[in-house]
Amino acid sequence: MRQRQVSQGARRAREFEAFVAGAAGRLLHAATLLTAELPEDNPRARRLLTHALAHTYACWDRLRGEDPYDRARQYLATRFARAAWHQYGGFGRSRPHPDSALAGLAPQERLILVLRLYEGVAEEQTAALLGLPVDRVRSICDRATTSLLHPAPGRPAPVISAKVAPS
Amino acid sequence: MNRPEREATVRRLMEREPPPVPPELYADVMRRGARMLRRRRIVRRLMWLLLCAATVAFVVWALTARPWVEPPSQTTPPYTGW
Repeated sequence: MRQRQVSQGARRAREFEAFVAGAAGRLLHAATLLTAELPEDNPRARRLLTHALAHTYACWDRLRGEDPYDRARQYLATRFARAAWHQYGGFGRSRPHPDSALAGLAPQERLILVLRLYEGVAEEQTAALLGLPVDRVRSICDRATTSLLHPAPGRPAPVISAKVAPS
Repeated sequence: MNRPEREATVRRLMEREPPPVPPELYADVMRRGARMLRRRRIVRRLMWLLLCAATVAFVVWALTARPWVEPPSQTTPPYTGW
């Protein structure tokens, strides 16, 4: 019994380490976009990712063939949505950094934009995950896209540099 | 600019400069995840223990109180001696 537990724990740790090595970079990028922080200075995104990955680790044995990346992303998104709701208007805590890519958007717009366009989640799944109607997800996504590409006057336009993102 | 072009532009905008993954992330995650697992295991064991204790208490009570036995009648006096 004890031996079986130990070997199961070792197997879980091995699989999970491989998963983290593959997925952490992309998830951290998504989390940094969500919290609108700078890539070099992203404590909130790191905390978000740590919680999401720890949750994935804790339910690793009960995944039953489900994609762990999917599970971690779901947890990341719902946790961010909840935190954004609680900290709405909070002083300093959720203030986006002006140099980040999605700084001009509201937390919900960032969340939907990241899920839809960066992660490529389907509209229906995004809607189901956030508990919103599909039409509303589409309109928020369109609005966020527009305000990102054509920012309101007074806000500098985002610089689309020629640097190609490493894939 | 039509919709796919706009989406592609936004995607490009978002995919600039990926943040470096901090090296201590994995250790943090493992510590936190192992703690969650341990807590869950403790809670599960406590729940089982509680369930067993409740079952034992019920059985003992049932054997001493014998609620299925018909209680002696309070209204009619025992009718014996005729």
